[in-house]
Amino acid sequence: MISGLNPGFLLMAGALLIPLLPRLLRQGWLVALPLLSAAQLLTLDRGDRGEVTLAGVTLHTLFVDDLSFTFALVFHLALLLGSIFALKVEDATQHVSAVLYGGAAIAACLARDLVTLFICWEVVAVASAFLIWAQRTPRAYQTGMRYLAWQILSGLLLLAGILALVVERGGPAKLTGPLVFEALPLDGAAGWLILLAFGIKAAFPALHTWLSDAYPEATPTGAVFLSGFTSKLAVYALARAFAGQEVLVYVGAAMAIFPIFFAVIENDLRRVLAYSLINQVGFMVVGVGIGGLGVSGAAAHAFAHVIYKGLLFMSTGAVLFRTGTADANQLGGLYRTMPFTAVCCMIGAASISAFPLFSGFAAKSLIMVAVAEDHRPGVWFLLLFAAAGVFHHAGIKVPFFAFFGHDSGKRPPEAPWNMCLAMGLAAALCIGIGCYPPVLYAILPGPITADYAVYTAAHVITQLQLLLFSALAFCVLMLSGRYPPELTSTNLDVDWLWRRPGRVVWRELTGPIAANFGRLQALLLEGLPAAVSRAVMRPLRVDGLAARFWAMRTSVLVTVVLLLAYLLVGAVHAAR
Amino acid sequence: MGADAKHDEPPRWLDDPSNVRRLLRAFWVVCALIVLVDVLALVGVYDKHGHFRWEEWFGFHAFYGFLACVALVEAAKLLRRVIMRPIDYYEREGEP
Repeated sequence: MISGLNPGFLLMAGALLIPLLPRLLRQGWLVALPLLSAAQLLTLDRGDRGEVTLAGVTLHTLFVDDLSFTFALVFHLALLLGSIFALKVEDATQHVSAVLYGGAAIAACLARDLVTLFICWEVVAVASAFLIWAQRTPRAYQTGMRYLAWQILSGLLLLAGILALVVERGGPAKLTGPLVFEALPLDGAAGWLILLAFGIKAAFPALHTWLSDAYPEATPTGAVFLSGFTSKLAVYALARAFAGQEVLVYVGAAMAIFPIFFAVIENDLRRVLAYSLINQVGFMVVGVGIGGLGVSGAAAHAFAHVIYKGLLFMSTGAVLFRTGTADANQLGGLYRTMPFTAVCCMIGAASISAFPLFSGFAAKSLIMVAVAEDHRPGVWFLLLFAAAGVFHHAGIKVPFFAFFGHDSGKRPPEAPWNMCLAMGLAAALCIGIGCYPPVLYAILPGPITADYAVYTAAHVITQLQLLLFSALAFCVLMLSGRYPPELTSTNLDVDWLWRRPGRVVWRELTGPIAANFGRLQALLLEGLPAAVSRAVMRPLRVDGLAARFWAMRTSVLVTVVLLLAYLLVGAVHAAR
Repeated sequence: MGADAKHDEPPRWLDDPSNVRRLLRAFWVVCALIVLVDVLALVGVYDKHGHFRWEEWFGFHAFYGFLACVALVEAAKLLRRVIMRPIDYYEREGEP
C-alpha cells in the first residue's frame, strides 16, 4: 500500500481516532485497523526501508526480514483477536492504550535503527500500563506503578546502552550511517546494558516480578493484550541482537524451570498463566541462546505462544468477566453453562502443553531438537522437566479448576458472542498450525523450511508418553489426596525483597530527600543544569574539553545519572 | 452475574460418579497402551531415533514425565511452607 511505512505507525495514528468515534463506528474501526495494518505489512517487500527525518535526525524506521516479519505478523493477529475479544468494552481508554501498545510493539520489531526501537520501546511501556490502571482500583493503581517503574527502568537501560554504543563506536562524529539494530557483541558496557534492558522485558529471573505481579491485576480484556506483546517483543529483540549468546541458554533454562513451582501453588488462575508465560518465554530464550535452528524454534514458539496464551487469557478473562473471580478455589463446574469457553480453554491448554495436532507441538519440538543437536543434555533434561510441568499446571490445572473439579454452584451465562468469536478464531489457529505446521514453517527465519518433518512416529509417541504420564501423576496425586489444596493466599516472590525490607531501608535513606523534595527538585531541574551548562560551555571551544573523547563518555554518564536521579526523586515524591 | 445452581437442572453425564470412574479406567488403559507402544520400537516397527541414548530406553519419557510431575508437586508443597502469606499481606503495614 504505502511504500516504506511501518505498519505500527499506522496503528498508532489510528489509535488516536478511537475516542472520537461513536460506539458502532468505533467497534468497526477496532477490527478494521489491524486488518488495514496487516495488509500494509503483507505488501511490504523484504528489506524495505522507511526513512523519516524528524528535527534534522533521520530515523530508519523500517526493516522487513523473516525474523521481524514473523513477529510483526503474529502481533497483528494478537491485536485483531484481542480487539474482537474487547469489542464490547465501553471504556475508550482501554481501546486506545491497547492499539497504541500493539502498534508500538509492531513498530518496534520492524524498526531498523536503535533510536526508533527506543522510542517504540517507551510507548510500549507507557501504553500498556493503562491496561492495568483501567481496573480503576487502588490495588491496580499501585500494581500499575510498580509495573511501569520496571518498564521505565528497561527503557533507561536501553537508552544508556545506545549511548554507550555510540561511545564505543568512537562518538557521534564518527557515526556515518544509522545505529542499525543488529547483532551486538557482549564485550563492553553497551552490549550488557542493552541485554539487561531486553532482559527486564523478557522477564529474566529476578527481573520477572512485574509480570507475575501486574498481569493478573489487569482488566479481563487488558491481560489478553499484555500476554501478547511485551515479552515477545523482548524475545524478538534478543533474537535480533544476541542470537547464539551462551549466557541466554542458562538464563532461559532457569526461566523455564522456576515459575512452574509457583504456578502449582498459585490460586489466581491468571497468575498461574502469568507464571507459565515466563516458563514459555524461557524456552524461547534458550532457543535464541543456541542460535541457528534455535532461533527458528524461538520464532515459531513465539508465534504459536502469542495465540494460545492469548486464548488462555481470553478464557480465564471470560470467566472473570462472567463470575467476577479467577480464583481456582471459587470456581469449578463452569462447563455446564460455559461449554464453549471450556472447550476453547482446553484447546489453549492442549496447545501450550504441546500435544500433537496442536500448535505448541509444532513449535516447541524445534527448540527441543535444537537443544539436542547442540549436545546439551543438562539443558535438555531441564526443558523436558519444564515441558511436563507446564502440562501439569497450565494444561490441566487451569481448565480443571475453572470448568470441572469441585462444583462451585456458579451458573454464569456463556461468554458474549464477541468473546466467543475471538476465542473460536484463536482456537482454530491453534489447531490449524498444529495440524498443518508448514504454514508456520514457511515464514520462519533461520534454517527451517516448510518441508521440515515434525510429525515423526518417535516425536509423537515420546511426547504423548511424557504428557499422558504427567496427567497420570495429576490423577494419582488428586485421588490420593496428595495434591495441594487451592488456598487464597499471597505467595512471596523475589519482589518481597524490595516491597518489604527494601521499602523500609528506602524510607530510612530517603526520608530527608522526601522532606526537602521541593528544594531538591529546584536543584535538579534548575541549579544543576545551569551549573552543567556553565561548565560545558567553557570547554565547548574547538580546542576545549568537549572536543576530546572522554568528555563524550562523561556527558553520557551525566545524562543517565540525571535521568535516574530524577526518576528516583519522583518515586520518593510519589511514595511520600 | 453468576446465577446459582438450580435444583431442577438435569444431571450431567459427568455428575454420575460411575461415569467418572469409567473415564478414569479408560485413561489408565490409554496410559498403559502408550508405554507398550515402545515394544514396537524394540522390535523395529518404527525408529525411535533419539539424540541421547536414554531416549531409546523403554518408556523413558513416560517415567520421566510421571516422576517430574510428582517431584514438582512435592517440591511446590515445600515451597508453600516458606512463601505462603495471607492474601492481603502487602496491604498490611508493619509485618515482617
